[in-house]
Amino acid sequence: MLDILYSLIPQTLFFAAPLIFTALGGVYSERSGVINIGLEGLMVIGAFAAVTFNLLYADALGAMTPWISLLVAMVASAVFSLLLAIPAITFRADQTVTGVAINMLALGFGVFMIKQIFNKGQTEFISEPIYTKDVPGLVDIPVIGDMFFNNMYITSYIAIALSFVAWYVLFKTPFGLRIRAVGEHPMAADTNGIKVYTTRYIAVIISGALAGIGGGVFAMTISLNFSVSTIAGQGFMAIAAVIFGKWNPLGAMGAALFFGFAQSLSVVGSSIPLLENVPQVYLLIAPYVLTILALAGFIGRSVAPKASGVPYIKGSR
Amino acid sequence: MFSSTKFNFIIPIISVVLGLVAGAIIMLIFGYNPILGYQALWNGVFDSGFFMSETVNRITPYILTGLAIAFAFRTGLFNIGAEGQVLVGWIASVWVGTAIDAPTILHLPLALLAAGAAGAFWAFIPGILKAKLGVHEVIVSIMMNYVALHLTNYLIRDVMTDNSESTEQVKQTASLTNDFLIGLTGSRLHLGFIVALFMVIVMWVILERTKLGYELKAVGYNQHASNYAGMKVGRNIVISMVISGLFAGLAGAMQGLGSFGTAFTNTAFSNLGFDGIAVALLGGNNPFGVILSASLFGFLKVGALNMSTAGVPNEIIEIVIALIILFVASGFIIRWALLQLKKGERK
Repeated sequence: MLDILYSLIPQTLFFAAPLIFTALGGVYSERSGVINIGLEGLMVIGAFAAVTFNLLYADALGAMTPWISLLVAMVASAVFSLLLAIPAITFRADQTVTGVAINMLALGFGVFMIKQIFNKGQTEFISEPIYTKDVPGLVDIPVIGDMFFNNMYITSYIAIALSFVAWYVLFKTPFGLRIRAVGEHPMAADTNGIKVYTTRYIAVIISGALAGIGGGVFAMTISLNFSVSTIAGQGFMAIAAVIFGKWNPLGAMGAALFFGFAQSLSVVGSSIPLLENVPQVYLLIAPYVLTILALAGFIGRSVAPKASGVPYIKGSR
Repeated sequence: MFSSTKFNFIIPIISVVLGLVAGAIIMLIFGYNPILGYQALWNGVFDSGFFMSETVNRITPYILTGLAIAFAFRTGLFNIGAEGQVLVGWIASVWVGTAIDAPTILHLPLALLAAGAAGAFWAFIPGILKAKLGVHEVIVSIMMNYVALHLTNYLIRDVMTDNSESTEQVKQTASLTNDFLIGLTGSRLHLGFIVALFMVIVMWVILERTKLGYELKAVGYNQHASNYAGMKVGRNIVISMVISGLFAGLAGAMQGLGSFGTAFTNTAFSNLGFDGIAVALLGGNNPFGVILSASLFGFLKVGALNMSTAGVPNEIIEIVIALIILFVASGFIIRWALLQLKKGERK
């Protein structure tokens, strides 16, 4: 039994990390009243930027490459998220439709650029990925050390720590209060002197930056290269995590961990006595079915921020 | 000068032009010749009967997914789940097409019906959840897409075949292909476009000529007013999603009984459903507009494959299409700019 946990828990954290980063971004955007269906595309840009930078500068930067690549991915997606923010906030475009367009645009742009830079539709594998490490000291603790601190990606720890930071910022700081106010009742917020547009812009850019990190982490720990099918649904999974987690950063983290768990079950499940006879398809669809059930109120009702999806027009009632 | 119906025509046209111009600028920036690029695009479709037929085969499912999304839009719903509905429709049509023996006159309608029913059922779930529990249909539909993707892969691998990645060909009695058309063009041009055009008329009749359509549109405009007027809002939401899903399911049948004649496992989506969003928007959610926009997208997608002869990566067309959607979605700003221009002229 312990052997199973030794393989399941690190796998869970491994699959969950990119989802956690992206879902945290989704929470910020949606809390400010902008539905971000474009998370998938923003992850694509993150993955593309991270892999491209990694391949081009690995020789010059050595072991620092993955971390600088992650930074590049973050900035690239933050900039790209303006393509969502400007139409959705300033031009009053339908946010869902804009998000769908962002997904198409990101994929087209990413593959187009790969063809420009590397002359083919799929990159080589990166030479400087993020490596697993044992946490010194903690790994020697019996049982727990092997479960949580052996052969782990540091990005998984960062993701979990960041969830707590994100929760603190959103619920315990004036800035977080402003984001939530703008997402619940923009007119009331406006009346109180909160700049609705600026706040929403900041929230969307934060979501872009976090989704960029998510895409970058995915590319540098899981896929290790970039092609048209590198990011296939992780962004939508992150959206599911946002809703499953009831628009709360810690909830989103929990949901992402759960999805990571379901994913690792579908990978290592065949070696678990209890699950070896369960067709893999059940494990594959579990995250999605559970999200639907969560939405339907079987696992506690999820209610979206009130103004989510509604463009704010100054002076309208 | 600019009435609102006129804007409905002008904004899509301006968006297409802006999208193509943006594509040309991108080509210039990366050192390609946009004229050669677009010429290759054009020739990629019109140079041979084969590719013209391929284009028609591409347009056919676009019309149907475009109708699916347009129909839902008209009734105030966003059916982003067309993608999954296409997949379940596809596999249902192939299932009936391979498992049953019947004369064409029964077999083909039955296979089409199965596809429509499967799509309708897949859309029924988000519909009923929205109607009864107020759950947003977009999220449920996205989840249903992934369930459809994994479920159809499972059915193909483990139920319909013995661990194979593709099913058998559908029987000739259920096929939309036709020896005469195949002989004429050398392609798999099939009769699905007749089904698609017929469904265009069906949508128009439902929306414009029936009480049901009136109610559906009323619910789309204002749920509370419709409720006050005695319409059953929840029921109308479910009906609207079911009809929308039926269109999308039929789009799957076009692939299953026509273009491919088989169903195969997918690692990612076909994008027919997502592209349908673009088709519907550009077509102004009007059934006849959908024909035009589906034709444009079908033309762009097939022609793009030939752009590599001019050295241009065909992803440029994905970028152009995405930009067109962004421009249409930002119609408010185009409208504003046009009105500013008009004001300027008057001075």
